[in-house]
Amino acid sequence: MTPVLEIENLHTEIDGNGPPTRAVDGISLDIRRGETFALVGESGCGKSMTALSIMRLLPEAGRIASGAVRVNGEDLLALPEAAMRDVRGRRIAMIFQEPATSLNAVMTVGRQIEEVLERHLNLSGGPARTRAISLLDAVGVPDAQRRIGEYPFQLSGGLKQRVMIAMALAAEPEILVADEPTTALDVTIQAQVLDLLKKLQVERGMAILLITHDLGIVAGMAQRVAVMYAGEIVEIASREAFFSRAQHPYSRKLFESLPGAARRGAELAVIPGQVPPLNSAFHGCRFADRCDFVHARCREESPGWTALGGEHKVRCHWVEDKLKGSRADSAPASEGAGAVKANPADALTAAPGGAAILLSVRDLKVHFPIRKGVFKSVVGHVKAVDGVSLEVAAGKTLALVGESGCGKTTVGKAILQLIRPTAGEVVFDRVDLTRLRGEALRKRRREFQIIFQDPYASLNPRMRVEEILSEGMSALGLYAGKASLQRRLNELLDQVGLPQAALARYPHEFSGGQRQRIAIARALAVEPRLIICDEPTSALDVSVQAQILNLLARLQRELGLAYLFITHNIAVVEYLAHEVAVMYLGRIVERGSAGEVLGSPRHPYTQALLSAVPSIEADSGRAVIKLEGELPSPVNPPAGCHFHPRCREARPECRATYPGVSQLSPTRQVACWLYSNKV
Amino acid sequence: MPVMLWTDALIFLLLAVVIGYFYYVSRRAHMLATWMRVTESPSGMAALVVLGAFALVGLLDSLHYRPTLDQGDAQGRPVYSVEVLSVLDALAAPLRQRQERTYSAPFDTRAYARETVEVPGEQGAPGTQRREFPRLQYGGAHLGNEAGRERDIVVSGLQGFALAALLWWGLAGVLAAGMARGTSSGAGEVLQRIWRGETRTPWRAVLIALGVLCAIAGPVLAWCTKYHVLGTDKVGQDVLFLALKSVRTGLVIGTLTTLVLMPLAVVAGVTAGYFRGWVDDVVQYVYTTLNSIPGVLLIAASVLLMQVYIDTHPELFPTAVQRADLRLLFLCIILGLTSWTGLARLLRGEVLKLREFEYVQAAQAFGVGHSRILSRHILPNVMHVVLISLVLDFSGLVLAEAVLSYVGVGVDPSMTSFGTMINAARLEMGREPMVWWSLAAAFVFMFVLVLAANLFADAVRDAFDPRVRVAGK
Repeated sequence: MTPVLEIENLHTEIDGNGPPTRAVDGISLDIRRGETFALVGESGCGKSMTALSIMRLLPEAGRIASGAVRVNGEDLLALPEAAMRDVRGRRIAMIFQEPATSLNAVMTVGRQIEEVLERHLNLSGGPARTRAISLLDAVGVPDAQRRIGEYPFQLSGGLKQRVMIAMALAAEPEILVADEPTTALDVTIQAQVLDLLKKLQVERGMAILLITHDLGIVAGMAQRVAVMYAGEIVEIASREAFFSRAQHPYSRKLFESLPGAARRGAELAVIPGQVPPLNSAFHGCRFADRCDFVHARCREESPGWTALGGEHKVRCHWVEDKLKGSRADSAPASEGAGAVKANPADALTAAPGGAAILLSVRDLKVHFPIRKGVFKSVVGHVKAVDGVSLEVAAGKTLALVGESGCGKTTVGKAILQLIRPTAGEVVFDRVDLTRLRGEALRKRRREFQIIFQDPYASLNPRMRVEEILSEGMSALGLYAGKASLQRRLNELLDQVGLPQAALARYPHEFSGGQRQRIAIARALAVEPRLIICDEPTSALDVSVQAQILNLLARLQRELGLAYLFITHNIAVVEYLAHEVAVMYLGRIVERGSAGEVLGSPRHPYTQALLSAVPSIEADSGRAVIKLEGELPSPVNPPAGCHFHPRCREARPECRATYPGVSQLSPTRQVACWLYSNKV
Repeated sequence: MPVMLWTDALIFLLLAVVIGYFYYVSRRAHMLATWMRVTESPSGMAALVVLGAFALVGLLDSLHYRPTLDQGDAQGRPVYSVEVLSVLDALAAPLRQRQERTYSAPFDTRAYARETVEVPGEQGAPGTQRREFPRLQYGGAHLGNEAGRERDIVVSGLQGFALAALLWWGLAGVLAAGMARGTSSGAGEVLQRIWRGETRTPWRAVLIALGVLCAIAGPVLAWCTKYHVLGTDKVGQDVLFLALKSVRTGLVIGTLTTLVLMPLAVVAGVTAGYFRGWVDDVVQYVYTTLNSIPGVLLIAASVLLMQVYIDTHPELFPTAVQRADLRLLFLCIILGLTSWTGLARLLRGEVLKLREFEYVQAAQAFGVGHSRILSRHILPNVMHVVLISLVLDFSGLVLAEAVLSYVGVGVDPSMTSFGTMINAARLEMGREPMVWWSLAAAFVFMFVLVLAANLFADAVRDAFDPRVRVAGK
């Protein structure tokens, strides 16, 4: 088969202060008709720049230094800009990551699709409208007739992404470039969108260049995979070869750093260091400084391609040597370094239930009033949290799982009394925090702390690390005195693995992972017993996520911390949670030990949520339970069971009243009519 | 005897605050980096040079004293004149003292109005009267023959220019030598790099701005002792001198108003945004009300009230200058009280956003008090908004002063300002031949000042506004 898209030795540079940044440094690949080609790698590796270079939509400072991009043999880089406009959208279309900012907010979605049709197919008026409606139908937008006249703000995230896809497909392009198309979406919506892409590809025979950092998506979608590192492709393989025997040390590390049930209680592999700055001159292999298998040659000579049979190629001296057999024993010490090491003395493996209850939340409600009119009279409530009960045992981890908008972050903040709950009690160590006021509450604050999602927003950019860390201690009057404060600061930095020199620096001088370490140190500073972790790794790359998860696990072992881990990432839950609570629209639908809930989910929502998570085991045999529709609004949740409009097993009683809690085992509770008679 | 006027004291206080701020900045790497970006903007640096020249004039005009009169009183103690002078007055004494009788055009040697002069009769014959343009008392008085005027202007202009060129070259040399120190390259090499625009700080733009300033100031200095370079006004005062005196008024209005405006806006905006609830309601109510009263009306009413107070308490003011100064200060306060709302609104929005930031919530989770959160987390992170808005407001205030003085509710009529100059010149625009130079001088000075302020404000905004930074990269 001839390739639809060929990229040959593409170099893209971005000018800035000093030498240009070589964001894409000599990439060659080709994509065939009807094929999905995945480009994976961590952020900053040049994946998006590759996509933008193909479209010739580089930022102002960027330019394509050399190379060729051919579509059906025609070199796009040689085309004048006017001709390029016929290519974009018509022959190559692109879907962006953030549907919210990719649509024009002041145009109806129909108009935006018709614009593409007018430009490329000379359709306008009635025919264009009919065509736009059929496109929206094709991408699974319900009630397309009505939706076509709506504005982007009236659509949910998943629908917006579908509209984006409809726009991209409007002129029937040969190639679709999808740059992290589902990263901003929830897992259940992500499953819908990926399914849609697959279906459309089969129908239209498009080639898809899929850019992602999620190996699970790659396993489900791609035929071939290329791994990018520091502007270069380091490994290309078919999906089967890649997932069964990835060769490059970097690819292998990516796999090993993935959390999951299989790695419970073990340290995750981490890739030390960071992606080198792309404006430096490289001698030898770019991965050498972070590689476990590095030897002298790696530092001197840039590795060429080593063919491994089929389409599997890799750029690595170590693999090349191993293949030749000349250095079969070249890495005796490091072979084990990346492998999973079980830790026998691990607290994580201890059975839950034995420890004392540290935090007990009873029937917690947080309602935000909706005010309207001149006198701001209350016309309704957003029931963000509507009767949540949970317990966290000392030294254990409870994972609170749910899609965005289900109220899990609000639960965390209400426990900390950052948002005062509307009703219910939060009993921490036998004291109800909701009744404490002023000084009494302030005294208790040292015992429960929080780590936030975004390490860039959670540190004040105008304070030095020393000030950030000592703020809590001085507010609570701990470690008074210069010498003891200094000792404590040093101890904290040791605990989170940062150098002492960090104290005098400002947050912007650190990478995302290091910033998250500072945030953890800040929370640890006051010696809390419970830390609420609000998606602490979702803004980080896989390998950095592994570092942070390792750190959290170690701190729990050493300091006996309890975690309330708020996340939507099931793999992380599988890795470190003792107990799991699944939340849907302000209420907990299922609660139990990690093994019970993740191993044999009972609530239909939990089942759907777990099955929607893309898995790297390509043939896991799990049938994906597709959820229709989206999370309803918490302003007026559906009557009866909140989940019934999306539930496959909905019965008449589900529509009538909310189900009571059924105790299925000493540790497990489910709120579902299916189990209500089995108590 | 040194006299410290209210506005003088506040100006020097402001200067101290600015110096203190930059000292503070120089100790903090991230703030220094932002300010370094300001210094990398060529237009901003050129504007800074021009602003510096204006500020120098304004500061010289802010050092006041009362000169000692020649004879002491009966006890031999020195007696001070009722006239309050500034250092600028002393330096520009030739300009100040050479007062003609009425209008004269720039560089003219004769008055702009015909007068009846006595012509003595020849050989004892009775004198006759003639209507003619009389020679000026000072302008071009050194010329024996008026025919040599053009030549004299060119020659002394060239002399001044040559001196200025020499000075400029000297400054450039000092700069290059200073930069070359500690590096291996010589001064000449550094100068070449500056000229090719290869330095990080755009010294080329600075030198060009300095050069233009010198090229104008040199000849003007050479001429101003012999001629009235910008002519004279109705009562024969040198217009160049009036324009120089106006600079201080403009600067005082532009800077001191911010001293009043800033605390109000910061306190109101930050508390409204942070505490929300009833505090927010009250602040919003106040500024909405204030905004809906026409500003000029409010200012006129307040200034007239003040004027009544001044007129009924003459014993409080030993000199006329002190009286005028109090009115100026009061005008600043009134302008400040009426114009804080815009900044307060901006700050409220910014703080509403910041208070939801996770680092603020982390501090709340530690039980950190409101005052500490405000001072350590909120204030430092809105200071860039304050700074940008203050620099942008400056030029608006200078223009506002001109408008208010023109309307007659601005500064004291005895105080020179761009507004009073324009007001005095407006009637003469209608006469034939037209007297254009008063208005033109006020216009040019104000235009250059405001343009420089705006260019500098642009550079500051570009450096401090995070969105601009992202777009530029």
